[in-house]
Amino acid sequence: MIETIASVGLAVNEKLNIQKRRIKNGKSKTRLSLVTGTHGDELEGQFLAYMLGSFLDEHIDMLDGIVDIYPALNPMGIDSITRGIPMFDLDMNRVFPGTKDGTMVEVICSSIVDDISGSDVCVDVHASNIFLKEIPQIRMSVPTAETLMPYAQKLNVDFVWVHESATVLESTLAHTLNTRGTKTLVVEMGVGMRITKEYCVQLFDGLISLMKYMGMWNGEVHEVREPIVSINHEVGFVNSAAAGIFVPCANFGDTVKKGDHIGDVIDPLSSKVVEKVEAVCGGLIFTLREYPVVYGGSLLARILEPEKECAES
Amino acid sequence: MKKKILFSLKSPYREQLDITGFKFGHGKKSMAIVGAMRGNEVQQMYVCSRMVQELKKLEATGRIAEDCEILIVPCVNYYSMNIGKRFWAMDNTDINRMFPGYNLGETTQRIADGLFSRLQGYEYGVQLASFYQPGHFLPHVKIMDTGFTDTELMKDFGLQFGIIRKPRPYDTTTLNYNWQIWETKAFSVYANATDEIDAKAAEETVNAILRFMNSRGIVSVKTHPGYLTELLDESDNIQIQSEAAGIFMSSVEIGTRVERGDVLGKITDPFDGEVLSEVRSPVSGIVYFEYHSPLINEKTVCFKIIK
Repeated sequence: MIETIASVGLAVNEKLNIQKRRIKNGKSKTRLSLVTGTHGDELEGQFLAYMLGSFLDEHIDMLDGIVDIYPALNPMGIDSITRGIPMFDLDMNRVFPGTKDGTMVEVICSSIVDDISGSDVCVDVHASNIFLKEIPQIRMSVPTAETLMPYAQKLNVDFVWVHESATVLESTLAHTLNTRGTKTLVVEMGVGMRITKEYCVQLFDGLISLMKYMGMWNGEVHEVREPIVSINHEVGFVNSAAAGIFVPCANFGDTVKKGDHIGDVIDPLSSKVVEKVEAVCGGLIFTLREYPVVYGGSLLARILEPEKECAES
Repeated sequence: MKKKILFSLKSPYREQLDITGFKFGHGKKSMAIVGAMRGNEVQQMYVCSRMVQELKKLEATGRIAEDCEILIVPCVNYYSMNIGKRFWAMDNTDINRMFPGYNLGETTQRIADGLFSRLQGYEYGVQLASFYQPGHFLPHVKIMDTGFTDTELMKDFGLQFGIIRKPRPYDTTTLNYNWQIWETKAFSVYANATDEIDAKAAEETVNAILRFMNSRGIVSVKTHPGYLTELLDESDNIQIQSEAAGIFMSSVEIGTRVERGDVLGKITDPFDGEVLSEVRSPVSGIVYFEYHSPLINEKTVCFKIIK
């Protein structure tokens, strides 16, 4: 069943509709929500939404519960290759929880939160932006980690990044829903404006495994990988020192040693290498820049250091 | 006056970005004024350029107080201004959502850090602010209530209204919020327009800033006395949302006093011209914000009224 959960008239002969598809079977009221398309340039979730919906259509008798799929929270953004909300240039994921008597965007965000609230688990799928490629990972703040970790471990991702809370992130959908008691996991994977099919398949297996864990799936599941959890690991950030064109010589997913040459920033006009880029620490390259043009400060890579030995207390 | 480059950033293909400041006077860091941080804030840059002119005159006639230094930064993000973008052109990030900045972080975090390091330590700070929706505001001053604020100071600008805003999570990375945390008494001043120059509102804003500086003993200047500023909590504004979408025609000007039930504007069908909605004021008060664009979506704030 397809439902419109928010609808606002646009100036000329059109409505902005936020839609979801509800798939349900059996007696259980256990509800999983798959949410994506908050940023219009992140498309990985589109294929995942299709995969999950079509798979459930074919195996509906195995489902005991409710699956809500929200493929496009920012449909105008997806339709116009715009990361934020077109016209307003606003990052939708900084407007939650919204308000009923606010601006148009706030009204829409408020309706979205109301509709998803009450799900047992929500999975909010993001791709990276157009600049960076990311391995499939879940990000969560320290205060939510204890509650969310058992669910994150079912999702078949490679990495769970537990980060410090930041006040500015209180305007995200995930923070809003977690605050209201709906356990919400944020997935980041792939790269903006593209679909990485292997990652979608990987997360799809994770969603089925999560549904099994939640008691709403009676079919078989594939074994899921155990993610590396960032606790007891350090993350090294490699930022460009120079402006120019970044050409990597390391690959995404490589394990490197501190000081290894991972790429160059070149100047096409002078034909010079303006910066030799080296690994700031040893470990796994889990983020690598895809978009070549860089300024000083542009993120080139993130490296996950090996686990630290815990001192005995 | 000394013209100084406060922060520089190399570009792969353009001339280096040089954020430029104008320093007047010597000694104690008394006041900093920041103009355009976004590429569409032309009015904000213009107000700063007018301030430079006025302070040049005051300096030439010895009317800047001893042991007072004033810094004006007309434009931070002229890279975006020159190519018709609002935010940082490479990654569409907003410099005014990057404070206090981080010198080892991403590009706009580095710009914010470089700028903020030069803006710290001033007793007073003014940011010429803009609003993300197309519209006209009555010139006013706003302060973020961080718990470190003296809201009474807003009265020294002599603008009609002084608005107190309770910060939301996304405000915590703005210049104004961080200025306050670092003990600068910071104000946002709204000069009506954004991507067009409203010369009258700009002069009113220049006068308000000079009035404030005069009352704080930073400069000695005669301005007209201004208004007895009314201090208000932002949440007390009445927001009127459009109940239809189409072509929007306002029938009032900002600053107009309206009565409850008065028609403020209408929305018509863009194809057949039928009136879809009359926008009426639910309260008596002064029109403080007016949406300014021919097309309007449903649920858009089209007027704000101060009761």
